[in-house]
This record gives sequence, structure tokens and C-alpha cells, in this order.
Amino acid sequence: MSSHAHTGHAVVIEPSGFIRKYIFSVDHKVIGIQYFLLALTAVCVGIVLSLLMRFHLVYPGAHLPFVSGGILTPEQYLALVTMHGTIMVFFVLTTAPQGGFGNYFLPIQIGAPDMAFPRLNMLSFWVTFLAFVAILAAFVVPGGAPISGWTGYTPLSGMGEVTGPGEGWGQTLWIISISLFCLASLLGALNFIATTIDLRAPGMTLFRMPLTVWGWFVTAILGLLAFGVLLAGGILLLLDRSAGTSFFLPAGLVVNDQLQPHSGGSPLLWQHLFWFFGHPEVYIAILPGMGVASHVLSTFARKPVFGYRAMAMAICAIGFLGFMVWGHHMFLSGMSPYSGFTFSVLTMSIGVPSAIKTFNWIGTLWGGKIQFKSPMLFALGFVSLFVSGGLSGLFLAQPAVDNMLHATYYVVAHFHLVMGVAAIFGIFAATYFWFPKMFSRMMSEPLAKLHFWFTFVGAYCIFMPMHFVGIAGGIRRYADSTGTTYAAVLQPLHMFMTYAAFITGAAQLIFLFNFFWSLKHGAIAGKNPWNATTLEWITDSPPPIDNFGGHYPSVYRGPYEFSVPGYQQDFIPQNLTPEQAAQLKLK
Amino acid sequence: MPLRNRNSESGSAATAGLLALLIVILVAVTVYVFATNLYPPPPTITEVGKAVDHQYFLTLCVTGTVFILSQLGLAYAIWRFRDRGQPAHFTRGNNTLEMVWTTATIILFLGLGLLGRKAWAEVRFTPAEPDAVRVEVTTNQFVFNFRYPGPDGKFGRLDPKQVSASTGNPLGIDENDPAGKDDIVMPTLTVPVNHQVELLIRSQDVIHNFYVRELRLQQDSVPGMVIPIHFTANQTGHYEIMCTQLCGLGHYRMRSFLDVVSEADYQNFLKQQQQGAAQ
Repeated sequence: MSSHAHTGHAVVIEPSGFIRKYIFSVDHKVIGIQYFLLALTAVCVGIVLSLLMRFHLVYPGAHLPFVSGGILTPEQYLALVTMHGTIMVFFVLTTAPQGGFGNYFLPIQIGAPDMAFPRLNMLSFWVTFLAFVAILAAFVVPGGAPISGWTGYTPLSGMGEVTGPGEGWGQTLWIISISLFCLASLLGALNFIATTIDLRAPGMTLFRMPLTVWGWFVTAILGLLAFGVLLAGGILLLLDRSAGTSFFLPAGLVVNDQLQPHSGGSPLLWQHLFWFFGHPEVYIAILPGMGVASHVLSTFARKPVFGYRAMAMAICAIGFLGFMVWGHHMFLSGMSPYSGFTFSVLTMSIGVPSAIKTFNWIGTLWGGKIQFKSPMLFALGFVSLFVSGGLSGLFLAQPAVDNMLHATYYVVAHFHLVMGVAAIFGIFAATYFWFPKMFSRMMSEPLAKLHFWFTFVGAYCIFMPMHFVGIAGGIRRYADSTGTTYAAVLQPLHMFMTYAAFITGAAQLIFLFNFFWSLKHGAIAGKNPWNATTLEWITDSPPPIDNFGGHYPSVYRGPYEFSVPGYQQDFIPQNLTPEQAAQLKLK
Repeated sequence: MPLRNRNSESGSAATAGLLALLIVILVAVTVYVFATNLYPPPPTITEVGKAVDHQYFLTLCVTGTVFILSQLGLAYAIWRFRDRGQPAHFTRGNNTLEMVWTTATIILFLGLGLLGRKAWAEVRFTPAEPDAVRVEVTTNQFVFNFRYPGPDGKFGRLDPKQVSASTGNPLGIDENDPAGKDDIVMPTLTVPVNHQVELLIRSQDVIHNFYVRELRLQQDSVPGMVIPIHFTANQTGHYEIMCTQLCGLGHYRMRSFLDVVSEADYQNFLKQQQQGAAQ
């Protein structure tokens, strides 16, 4: 399949026009950067929304200059909740690691000239871009942004304006945006899978693939199977709202004393469809981060990944089990309690491959020669955050305990640590690690470290106390909880989290500055600044249009040959022939 | 390519030390807050709630141990194996270790999940006792309504067409059904102590939730479904009922109260309400 590419017959001509080169490019590297910049824009919006929420929770009566009427209303607060969740989950946590870094580095790491379907790749990005425009438009339509949360549970999201402000045009745009996003991700997933299967360099067997590639590959399989389901759900929900169907709306709905003209639908059906997508989505966000963490830990510990095969298999196991646990979001939904128990046991079992990964990460560090470069710091932070955020999942995985913690801030703390912050640390590790390859310059190390310290401490200061708010009974998604009996004792914790959020949010400006400053002023990186082994480091920085300048590599060994005894240098690139490697042997 | 003799970095010890220290502080603070139970949930008032708390505590012990060991292991590795110019110890892994921790986590995590079955099954797998006090809970934006069947012990038929909160029939009790004549509809829930209560939970418009922290019991109310749950409160008192399922702009203020009273007070309450209804 890929033979013509590897024999050098493929002639890839760099387009000359600006539009073809940078806007409607079919080059996976340009598309990867486009995805990355889209995610960067989205994350800025998402952070501002979260800071507004944190501010409102401790100063509910404060006058805000840009809010009409001055004070944030309950529906505006819920719009923030909804938009923050949607933008972060879809346009940041899905877009940056997979669309951004996966697009850029998967083909290079397997020695391919591009994605299998470059035009499809371009289409995926531009449909994603349209989806982003649609979600932003929800802010400015009459009625404002939707208020039904990123989960969009029906009937709240299914009946239109009668159920609340934002449930008119705002909710419709939300559904359109999500559906477009699903379509784009579906096409993208197809492309990733075809590329991984068909375009690997000679010698790049499955078990010689970097764990990053394993992460992106399994993520793509999850995406292929999950996004289609949400796409179907989105279309049905749109029909319920606009064509008078009743897929998710039962008979006898009464809103404001008015009987609604629906019958025969099931609100739980939406939840099943949503979470059938929604739980794999958690792994779509985190698996690439796991791959990056493994890759970076090995590179900077100067050791092979501990238990490489176990790591690859654990990624597959997480992906597989990830499809059988969606019901743990629905223990208290009215679903059969027997199903709840089954989902509970399956969910507990997904802790096993997660634990395997954690132990192997620590095993990778053990006996290493750890170099604390900025990518490494973020990878280490990833491990710590993943442990903290993952373990709290064992509480929520049990329906009995869920009785007390469901819908509290405990849940918010759990998923923010594990799929939010940990995944973001994966993205930061990837950015600091690959920036030199993408832009040929190094990012400033002192600024990067400063960014790390603020973000690592800040993330814990925001999300650890949040567990305690939840255990004490603080309910999430309340615009104002001052009327409740338990609120007063929790308010100091909320205050602390809000201050931490503002400081951590401000610290991200260090990253932004470092990123754009280093584009022009960073030290020249060279081909392989980290003395790493995988194929992206044997080509120029940035790589030429066809990735390898016509000299496609062959692969002779696994991806993490660090500190192999008997060699002059502590890394052996994947493409060195045995003869070349022999010359590196100590005499 | 010549041997790159990387000098161990001067900042290495400082960075490693700081990161390891931060992780140790994280563990210390977390353990402290949990151990001193600084932000406890309110005490439970049911036996099942005690079982839930027990399972919570068991889970805390298991996850707490794994948390402490993993984080401290990470911190130790960060400090101990920082680059001091030493060569890295070459290894690709250890299958025995893989087997050990895989088996250990399977036993720990699945065991925990299976143990947790009890506190779940008692409430959810078993139907309510025949003599349980039955109350129907109806939610809509943004109120709870509690319906008692009255002396005849039967709930009147509901007709969504007759729903009219403004004329005093928020549930749409069918005027033509005699069983509905004596039904009592209340904005708060009053139940007798030490007597099983069965709630029949339903919703008129969107999904809401019935949550009382002291009962350790949450249940979504779903339009089109009637979901039964039951509990036995063993302590009188005034407790908050909250909606925990996002239901619209008034979600945060959708609240009611559960009054657990003595059997005698409960009978008085019923009598008063029946007289009120008769007048």
C-alpha cells in the first residue's frame, strides 16, 4: 500500500499561494497547527467562562461591566456552565491532542509522507472550524446561549424556549455545532486509522510504534465508534425540536400548565446515546495524553518505557472497556438497578489498566537519569494528576456511594483533575516537547518552568478542595447556593478555589507569551534537541513538505532505546541500520 | 557521533527537590483533611445510609492507600533518580511485577465493587414492604409536590390535560375519579420515624432529582416514568430536599423539606390535612 511512498517516487510539490499553503492546506503539518491554534483560541474562551463562574460563586451580587443589567442572572450562569463544558471538552480536549498533535506527528512518527487522505483531513479541520463558529454564535442569538449543560439532557433541551431562555436558538446552534463536530471527528478518525494501518515505514511493526501513536490510534478507533452515535443522537434531538418528532419526549409533558404535543419518546434514550459517546470521549481526551506522558517520561528518564507491551495493551484495554461503562453516569437516572450494578463492576475493572499504566510510569522513572526539562515536568505532573483524579473515580463507580456524591462538586473535582487538568498537562508536555520540531526554535526554559510551577500548584489548589465541598454536599450547577443550609461552611473553600483559579488563569499568560515570543526569538533547535529516538527527530525542524525530503526511513528497532549498555551514546534512533548502530558500540 | 557527556544540571537538584516536596505536601494536606474529617457530610438517618457511609469509608481506605503509595513513590523517584551524572539503569520491564500489580488491582478494585453491592441492593433490588407509607413525589420547574393517597389509600388518576397550578390542581388530579377526592398535596414531605416510606417519583416537564443528603439517597425524576424508592428514617428532624439534576434557570432554588416526625405527630398531620381538604 505504502510502497510507492517509501521508494521515493512520490513527488510532493509545495503549494506556492498563501491560501493553498496556510489556509486550505492539505499538508497534515499545517492542518495540525490549524487544529492547535483553534484549540488555543477555544481554551482562552473556556478559561474566561470558568473564571466568570468562579467569580459569580463567591460574589453573586457583584456588578460586571459587560453583563447587561450588571449582575449575572441564573440563566447566564447556566449558559456559562454549558458553554465552558462544551467548548473545553470538544474544542480543546478533543481538538488539541488528537487533531493538533496527532495530525502533525502521527504520520512523521510512523515514517509516512502525509495522512492517508489529505483532502479529507482538510475537510475535517474546516468542518470543525464551522462547528466552533456555530457554538460561538450561540452567545449572540436571541435568548442567548443554551442552559442545559454540556450533556444537553432532554426534555430540557428538546422542547425549545418553553423550558427556559437559551433553549431556543442557542440550543439549536449547540446541537448543530456538536453534530458538525461529530462529523468532522468521524472523518478524522477514519483518516488516522487508515494512516496507521497502511502508511507505516518498512520495519515499523505495531510493537515498534511509539506509545504516542498507540494513543492516537486507539483514540481514533474510539472516535470512529463513538462520534457516530452522538451524531445520530444530535440529529434525532434536532428533529424533536424542529420537526415535531418525539424520539426523546414522552407523552404527558406539561410546561407552565400547557400540555405539550409529544408522545412515545424516552428521555433515557438520549442519555444512553449521549453517554455511549460521552464516556469513550473521556478516553479520547486522555489517551493521547497517556501516550505523550509515556513518550516524554522515557525520553527524559533516559530509559526505555517500563513494560512497553503492557503499556500498549493497557491502552487497548482502556479503549475496549471504555465502551462498556457508560451506564455509570446513569446510576440514579431511573435505569434498572441491576444494570447499574453491572456497569459498576465494569467501571471498577477499568481501574486495572489505568493502574498498570501508573505503575509502569513510575517504573520508567525508577533507576533513571531524570532530566527536568519543561516537557518532563508536565509529564510528571500528568502522572500525579492522573493518580489523584483517577482514584476518586472509584468512589463514583459504585452506585451506593454515588447516592451521596452524584451531582456534587466531588464529581466536578474528579473529572476536572483526570480529563481536564491531566489532559491539559499532556497537551502542555506535548507543546514544550514538540515546539522545537514544529517551529525550529526552543521555547524559553525558565518561563516554561515558571508556568509549570504556577499551573501544577494552582490546579491542585482549585480542584483538591473541590472534593471536600462535594463530600459535604455542595451541589454543582447551582447559580447561587447561599439559600441552602450547608453553604456557609463551604464558602471559605469556594473563596480559596476562586483565588487559585484567577492566579492559575493569569499564569497561562506566561505560556502564551513564551509560545509567541519563542516563535521568533527562541534558540535554534536543530534536528534533535532532546536526543530522542523516534522518527520525527531524524528530519529537519520543521520537517519538509513530504516530511523526510524524499529519504523515507526504514525502522530497525523499538521506539525507546535509551541507555542501552555498550553504546557510546544513550539513545539509538529507530532508523539506524544495525551496521550504523554497531559503529556506535564502545570499543 | 561522539559521546555527549551531559553535565548534570545545577538546577536539577533544586527542581527535583521542589517537585518532590510539593507532592509530599499534597499528600500530607489531603491525608490531614480526610483523617480529621474536616468537611464531613451531615450524619445519616437511615441504616442504609450507614451502609453507604461504611462503603465510602472502605473505598477511602483503599484509594487512600494507593494514593499515598503512588504519589510518594513518584516523589521518591523524582528525587532519587534526578540526573547527577549517573548512568540510567537499563531495563525494559519486569513481567513478574506486571503480574503482581495487575492481580493486586483486580482483587482490590473488583472486590471493592462487589462489596459495594450490599448498600445498593438493599434500596434498589428489593421492593418496599406492603405496609410502607406511600407518597407520590412530582417535580416540575421549580417545585416539588408530595401527594398522599388519603384515607382510601388510593391515589386518584392523573390527567395531564387538567394540570393547572394556578387553580390549585398542579398535579392534574382527575376530577372525575372518586379516588382522587381525598388526595392530599403538600409542598413539603412529612413522614413518620422508624416506618418505611415508599416514594413514587415522577416528573411533569423536564428531569429533576430528589436528594436528601441525610438519607444518602438520590433519584432522578423522569417524565414518563414512575420510579419507586424507599427508606426508613430512624431520627426525627427537619432536612433539606434538593434538586440535583440541571432543570433550568431556577434549578438552584428548587428545594423543599423533609420532616421526619413521630408516628403520633404523623397521624395528627394527616388528620389536619384531611380536615383542611374537606373544608
